[in-house]
Amino acid sequence: MASPSRSVGATTWPVTLATVLVLIFLLLPTLIVIPVSFGSQKYLQFPPEQWSLTWYRAFFADREWLAATRLSIMVAGLSTILATLVAVPATLAFARGRLMGQGLARALILAPMILPHIVVAVGMYIAFSRWNLIGTLPGFVVAHAILTLPFLFLTLSAAISKLDPSLELAAASLGAGRVAAFRYITLPLLMPAIAGGMAFAFITSLDEATVSNFLSSSTSKTLMKKMFEDIDFDVSPIVAAVSTLIIVGSLLLIGAAQLVRHASQRAPKSAATPLPVARSAMKTA
Amino acid sequence: MAVIANAGANPKGFSPRLSLVLIAPAMALLVLFFVLPLTGLLDQSVRSPDLSIANYVRALGSDLYMKILLRTVWLSAMVTALALVLGYPVALTMSRVSGRMQLVIAVCVLVPLWTSVLVRSYAWIVLLQRRGIVNDTLLQIGVIDAPLRLLYREGTVMVAMTHVLLPFMILSIYGVLRSIPRDLSMAASNLGAGGFATFRHVIWPLSLPGVYSGVLMVFIIALGFYITPALLGGPETLMMSTLIGQQTTETLDWGLAGALSVILLALTLLLVGLFGRVLRLEGKGI
Repeated sequence: MASPSRSVGATTWPVTLATVLVLIFLLLPTLIVIPVSFGSQKYLQFPPEQWSLTWYRAFFADREWLAATRLSIMVAGLSTILATLVAVPATLAFARGRLMGQGLARALILAPMILPHIVVAVGMYIAFSRWNLIGTLPGFVVAHAILTLPFLFLTLSAAISKLDPSLELAAASLGAGRVAAFRYITLPLLMPAIAGGMAFAFITSLDEATVSNFLSSSTSKTLMKKMFEDIDFDVSPIVAAVSTLIIVGSLLLIGAAQLVRHASQRAPKSAATPLPVARSAMKTA
Repeated sequence: MAVIANAGANPKGFSPRLSLVLIAPAMALLVLFFVLPLTGLLDQSVRSPDLSIANYVRALGSDLYMKILLRTVWLSAMVTALALVLGYPVALTMSRVSGRMQLVIAVCVLVPLWTSVLVRSYAWIVLLQRRGIVNDTLLQIGVIDAPLRLLYREGTVMVAMTHVLLPFMILSIYGVLRSIPRDLSMAASNLGAGGFATFRHVIWPLSLPGVYSGVLMVFIIALGFYITPALLGGPETLMMSTLIGQQTTETLDWGLAGALSVILLALTLLLVGLFGRVLRLEGKGI
């Protein structure tokens, strides 16, 4: 008889085989752009006959590509800051406050994640062209802040629900006002989640293509819009080089965010230890 | 002690007024730049060129647009089914292995999720174009004499969309599978159930909430998906999203674009309204 741990823990071989095949399907097509980007021919080659940095040089020498990259990084940074500035207080209001129409407000915050992006994009395109926001930094920033808001809200809500409310109560009982309790207790405890959420918001904005595609103008376009046009017009290996840079950049940023998150899973315990007295006081109350 | 007891009686600290102040910036941002543009679409659809439902009559009365709407629903359903069939085994394995193996699978699933959709769609072009890797390889080993036309086909769009949306399905199912206590399958096997019987009668029914959530999520995203069909599809594979895009920026028929958008939006809201309870969004952030 097989030991219980084996019969539960092990999977049957067809499932394992299927898993391996699906994971290959998931990863391989994307990774193919990396070797292709190091070719030297005008058309895409796999494997490249001659490995070179031709297309990376071409990217860094092209003013239009660089301008698009700069704009995308700026939009990602500013929209992440804007989304965080509105998401943190909103999350607090849900977690610690009393709101009328809470369900409606929550649905509104989550809506940009669920409603079809093409509809959001076209709606913004028509409205923004009236308000002269097409191809402008404020236009991109506002649009991307709205699209990343749901992700930040969910991440922060999950983090705040894990916080021990007795810590804030203890601070209050020791004479701290609401602002002080937030500033010295809640915010530091939330910091890792905020930082992690911001990293993911940054990447989400950088990778956002549908709305950017419509909000870009011929003179001011994001990196994704520039890539979209180049792919549509002529598949030059520069796009493969840019794709490789994006893949590597995203992975580095995600790795960093995961490290922060990892640290945050330990943080609440360590942050809670200076206040054992407050905790035991709560129990007696 | 009295102070603490008092504080404990009111764990929800903020007054209604402070709560309102805290949520106001988010609401202002959303109402101005999200709700207003969306209602603007509705406005366009009934007022362009003049106040009537002509745009809806055009959208729903035309055989061509009806065909595109049906194709969109059909393609989204196929993508959802494919994602479920491909995703379930991965979620199952992920929930059963532990330690390093689990980390490896998680990375394989999460890396695509956080790699640009555009990059992943482009990768399919690199593979499938006329002088792409697949055609080159097939020519070299002599399976075909002339390059195959692999792009701009419905099947290609379907496979690429499945590729992009698969991680959502896997994570939805895994989230539920993970929470099923191992004691249950152990109890089933102790009572004499084989591996498949345990799966059929214990694991599968318990995993259904994750399946429903994944199915709804993938289907909804597929309905409004723009980038992949726009790059990999051709005129014969026009979907609602690509049609709306065309009407907006090429034909400049904002009335029709508005009507088509409202129809797509209504379809999505109907689905969310009917089945929204099954959506488990909490795990989707990271």
